[in-house]
Amino acid sequence: MEQAANTFDEMRHEGGGVRPAYADYCEWFDQQPGDLLRRKHKDAEGSFRRTGITFNVYGEGEAEERLIPFDMVPRVITAAEWRRLTRGIEQRVSALNAFIHDLYHRQEIIRAGRVPERLFRHNEAWLPHMVGFTPPGGVYTHIVGIDLVRTGPGDWFVLEDNARTPSGVSYMLENRETMMAMFPELFTRVPVASVSDYPRRLAKSLAACAPDAARGKPTVAVLTPGIYNSAYYEHAFLADQMGAELVEGSDLRVVGGRVQMRTTRGYEPVDVLYRRVDDEFLDPLTFNPASVLGVPGIMDVYRSGGITIANAPGTGIADDKAIYSFMPEIVEFYTGSKPLLPNVQTWRCAEPDSLAYVLDNLAELVVKEVHGSGGYGMLIGPTASKKEIAAFRQKLCAKPGNYIAQPTLALSTCPIFTAKGLAPRHVDLRPFVLVSPDKIDITPGGLTRVALKKGSLVVNSSQGGGTKDTWVLKD
Amino acid sequence: MLGRTANGLFWMFRYLERAENTARLLEAGFRMALTRDLQTAEAEWRSLVHTLGLKEVYERHHDSYIGHEVWNFILRDRENPNSVARMMDAMRANARVTRTAITTELWTAINTSWMEITALLKRPVSQGQVGEVVETIRRAGTLTHGAMEGTLLRFEGYHFARVGTFVERADNVARIIDMKYYLLLPSLRYVGSTMDTGQWEQVLRSVSGDRAYHWLNAGRIEARGIVEFLVLDRRFPRSLAYCHGELDEELACLAAIHGHEAHCHKLMHEAATILDHMTVDGIFEIGLHEFLTRFVDRNAAIAEAIAQDYRFLV
Repeated sequence: MEQAANTFDEMRHEGGGVRPAYADYCEWFDQQPGDLLRRKHKDAEGSFRRTGITFNVYGEGEAEERLIPFDMVPRVITAAEWRRLTRGIEQRVSALNAFIHDLYHRQEIIRAGRVPERLFRHNEAWLPHMVGFTPPGGVYTHIVGIDLVRTGPGDWFVLEDNARTPSGVSYMLENRETMMAMFPELFTRVPVASVSDYPRRLAKSLAACAPDAARGKPTVAVLTPGIYNSAYYEHAFLADQMGAELVEGSDLRVVGGRVQMRTTRGYEPVDVLYRRVDDEFLDPLTFNPASVLGVPGIMDVYRSGGITIANAPGTGIADDKAIYSFMPEIVEFYTGSKPLLPNVQTWRCAEPDSLAYVLDNLAELVVKEVHGSGGYGMLIGPTASKKEIAAFRQKLCAKPGNYIAQPTLALSTCPIFTAKGLAPRHVDLRPFVLVSPDKIDITPGGLTRVALKKGSLVVNSSQGGGTKDTWVLKD
Repeated sequence: MLGRTANGLFWMFRYLERAENTARLLEAGFRMALTRDLQTAEAEWRSLVHTLGLKEVYERHHDSYIGHEVWNFILRDRENPNSVARMMDAMRANARVTRTAITTELWTAINTSWMEITALLKRPVSQGQVGEVVETIRRAGTLTHGAMEGTLLRFEGYHFARVGTFVERADNVARIIDMKYYLLLPSLRYVGSTMDTGQWEQVLRSVSGDRAYHWLNAGRIEARGIVEFLVLDRRFPRSLAYCHGELDEELACLAAIHGHEAHCHKLMHEAATILDHMTVDGIFEIGLHEFLTRFVDRNAAIAEAIAQDYRFLV
């Protein structure tokens, strides 16, 4: 098997021996005939297609449905590693919630001089409507996806906090289903922690955040922009698995001070809305008046305690990349201890010294837009051409405040299954975190995204990345 | 259940039924055209396009009624808003909208049918492929209904799906009978001729009723018997009486679930009473075309009332 230089291979030692986490899997793998695996690999794709596990891509004209390529070699994480990660994630997520609450209330972290005021003053994600208001149960970010990367045996870094509407959890679940359907025998050999109760945990966590107005068992609904949204499959999947209604803005209306959904019997109140539309489309009366995705008047109902919105509007203030660079300070400020999971070193181009350093070292750095996502609008110095770097330099100089820079990490690799056998590819990991008033619940697993091109560091599905099943081993 | 979900189930099955009936009609037209010389075949193709209500849009893009142009127009033309390809798209889009209300088996039946038919209709359909395409579309109907019957909870969603099926089937079959009477026959003097019986034979085939009819009537092909069979025979699952019988039952289930009857039930009772008391003599007295027109209108009014009563749309 080929080995990339200077990177941590999660399956094998430099000498070629198998690391303990993968021992059971590799033993099984070596017994499988190659053509059987190749055939199963093809079957998996057909099964995803038939089941309609797709995401939409907007090209010219019509939206096209694509599959996210699925790789059938699992990524394995030991129980001990996972325990360490979950402690770090819990710490980080409680700090995130405390931070958002503080920003919309007393702003003590700013008074204490730990983060600059400019961070939110001109931030588009900042919602004045949330000032002084506390959501039901005090929870701002109910569903969080923390993106992690690894560079060595114990070296995990947080790459990004997705505190608004993280997606991908349906792939975590479907990847596992696919693996169990293809290789049932593996799951009797390897003790893998189950992820399948995520929807039940999500429903429970959301219900625990019901507003005062809820009577009896809270009614939960998932708000989707509709079938043309890239993550529609996931919205439908989660609603289905939770037994919740999947609603669009046109199904909802404010009646008698509650948000109600139009059923065949008339309007019925919704207590908790797991929304998968962005803040600015949530309420045309408060935000974008042209939007038809949201519900006119929902913000008034929200502020009067008539509904829980998950994640809370204005949560995005905590997850842009400028805030990210302050996360170590933020974690320490609210939890009183050093972050268990470090950030990737980050230069804020808004600061003159940092900008100077970044400009001098563009060819070695990854430069990202502060508000960008999906791997767009970024420069990967080491793989960029001279021309691309020159063009990016101009953009950067014009609006330095829009950018941050990070070193190019030697991301760990996991093997993927290719026509020529196993080959190492870079991966990241997005565990999914549920927050309710008294609990932070992390499902043992997550979405491992994998760059399918040799040497590529871009794992985003919109940029041709794939996914693989993530196994957290039981003790 | 959300009104929009009910609407989605209703339309998903309407589109499925419409695609299937379009394919059945096309098959009948194709067979008729095969038994004609070139010139009469053109008349057969024309009447088929008329029956499908596509005359205007067809003639905007075509100067003549040539077989392969007609079937490709009906099956896959992007200019044709009612092509089978577009109906399959609409059916699947509705299935995606109602994904949380249908079972995985039902979804998979729809999605795989859609994949198969979309692949078949990617390129122009040759004469040799028409049969395969039609069969695949009919099989999609069978597969989907089977998946639904075998797996779907008998909740209101099931009844909305069935309501959609029978509203659409009633409409389509009425139009098929009407086409025979008004478009296929150039003049009344053909009544009873071999051309007449040959066309009735194809009409029966297009609703898969040929064998049943022959079994019941010992091979006697004549308008009276066929009209009685297609309109009034409750044993035949594509007759108008059967469709409205089922529709009536499905609406009764919805009323029971909701605890009350609504406007659509009143219209349904009226329509059912009229059909219950109708005889084949009565139909010819009113005039077959007149009778069918009123039936189609009543059927459409019921569908509209259902959408209103169950809050399909805002």
